[in-house]
Amino acid sequence: MSDVRLENISKRFGDTLALEGISLHIHDDEFFVLLGPTGAGKTTTLRVIAGLEKQDDGHVYLDDRLMDGAQPADRDVAFVFQQYSLYPNMSVYDNLAFPLRSPLRRLPEGEIRQRVTGAAEKLRITHLLERKTARLSGGEMQRVSIGRAIVRQPRIFLMDEPLSNLDAKLRESLRVELKHLQKTQGSTTLFVTHDQIEALTMADRIAVLDQGKIIQNGTPFDIYDRPATTFVAQMVGTPRINLIAAEWQDGAYRTPGAALSFARQNGAAAEKVLVGVRPEDVRPGAGDFRGEVMLVEPLGVETILHIRTGEITLLCVVSGLSSIQLGEVLSFGFAVERLHFFDMNGRRL
Amino acid sequence: MSQVNAQRGLSSRQETAPPTGRRQLSDMRIVQLFILPTIILLILMNIFPLIYSLFLSFTNYSVISSDPPVWVGLDNYTHILSDPDFWHNFATTGTYALLSVSLQTIVGFALAMLLRSKFAGSGIITTLVLVPMMLSPIVVAVFWRLIFNPSYGILNPILGFTDINTSPEWLGDPALALWAIVIVDVWQWSPFVMLLCLAGLSAIPEYLYEAAAIDRASVWFQFRRITLPQVMPLLLIAVLFRTIEAFKQFDLVQGLTFGGPGDATETVSVELYRLAFQGQFETGLSSALAYIVLVVIVAISNLYIRALNRLREG
Repeated sequence: MSDVRLENISKRFGDTLALEGISLHIHDDEFFVLLGPTGAGKTTTLRVIAGLEKQDDGHVYLDDRLMDGAQPADRDVAFVFQQYSLYPNMSVYDNLAFPLRSPLRRLPEGEIRQRVTGAAEKLRITHLLERKTARLSGGEMQRVSIGRAIVRQPRIFLMDEPLSNLDAKLRESLRVELKHLQKTQGSTTLFVTHDQIEALTMADRIAVLDQGKIIQNGTPFDIYDRPATTFVAQMVGTPRINLIAAEWQDGAYRTPGAALSFARQNGAAAEKVLVGVRPEDVRPGAGDFRGEVMLVEPLGVETILHIRTGEITLLCVVSGLSSIQLGEVLSFGFAVERLHFFDMNGRRL
Repeated sequence: MSQVNAQRGLSSRQETAPPTGRRQLSDMRIVQLFILPTIILLILMNIFPLIYSLFLSFTNYSVISSDPPVWVGLDNYTHILSDPDFWHNFATTGTYALLSVSLQTIVGFALAMLLRSKFAGSGIITTLVLVPMMLSPIVVAVFWRLIFNPSYGILNPILGFTDINTSPEWLGDPALALWAIVIVDVWQWSPFVMLLCLAGLSAIPEYLYEAAAIDRASVWFQFRRITLPQVMPLLLIAVLFRTIEAFKQFDLVQGLTFGGPGDATETVSVELYRLAFQGQFETGLSSALAYIVLVVIVAISNLYIRALNRLREG
């Protein structure tokens, strides 16, 4: 059983408020992702949980035990750093065995060997065990770092952008492995990233952080389909969501610069709104609106169309390779049930 | 417009550039002209004396005698290596090098660990610690002679010896004189070791210690497994430099004890100086001795460099 609870955590560095009233509850076996741009306070949150940083306000509970004054060693957490924090001049085996050889643990060497080889097998680094860490590639180093976390059974795995220093291909494959590992081991994980794809693909739950505050907390489904603010809406999803300013006029929200109109939906009663349309919810071919194709980006599995109507350029995604040509004038519509309405401050209506 | 001008300028330059005198210097020749003075200087000041002294080491030459050098083969070398006095000099130098280098390493490293974390005034303190290194050895020797002085020196009272009759005579006691030189050398050169260690320490990333803290590593474990291995390459370089210097130790000895009392602090360099420039001016014999010292230093340096390379390879 592992259960992590943050209550109203605040942290200041000099004059800057890094965290402001962060409250989180991470349940047993959960893969929890903290998503946010650089400087949002994701890493600081992680470091506060690990005890590497002391919060100014609020409380950290691990398994319902107050941990505010506890040293990192006493919190029984594992931390995977963004930089490959391997101990130099030691072999991969010794690196993996390092946390088990701590004088505070006193495990017999036989069990250490068993656990190290077990972890190495899971991460497919058995052939590297005798190698010195200086002779590893980036992906191998990060595997060893992760291995050093999984050799022991900590309360929680804290991972600080462990994939961001890897190239795209490696990142993808390690992402799959990490998720698989987490599911088979049932290890509670708090994973920090600025990459929305990592967040959506791996998380059971996501908390979106901006400027030290939690903006939204929910499942990937919630985050993508019911973004609480325009910030969240823009943070997840590629290509980016279309945000269109519209005004209430003659029984519909109409755009000033283009001939677009949207019907009012569930309680959106404001005079002016921002309408969010995901690119996949722009449907070319049929509909009430017309626009000119300004750019076609074929990606193979899908094609991104830039459709210009009036003063607005909409992004539109269609699946597969499209036969639509540059300069073509086409009619399009929206998946009306999937539109998002925000007030002018960016809050969901 | 400007483009046209530029083009015209280019073509006219090409046309109107006849092979003038300066133009005739090829790149190769310019390179040679720049390098030549250095090479001539090097040959005159370093290479010729080196080879000439090697030749002299096989002769009985003396600069103050009018006799030409006479080839004596390995006589000088066998004489030195079979004379217990020379062995005593080597033993003194070795003891001195061992004591002073190991003490400097310990003190320098400890200072670096203390000054590693930034605190108010740590910058100025670091600079102040470096001051001894900037002084001339002769100045240092003269001042320390005053400090060591048994009747009015400040060291003995500080150490608690107030009675002149029983207080130690640092420079006059054969058992203490070598230690006195070691103390001064450690005082002067520990900052050098500290400086290199500080450079090594500041290069260790903080997250390694954080990872270790989370992995429940003890402080000793962190020191042995993270700090020491990371500082080792720079520490070895400091030790190498200090060892070479220790084997050449001359100025401090000359300034503090002149090799005395008796021959208690007579290092090889001091003996070399006496052979070459005092009494008989035995140029041949002293050249042989100098070559033996050279071989010893090269051998020791090689050991260090090998250790260093092993470290680098990980």
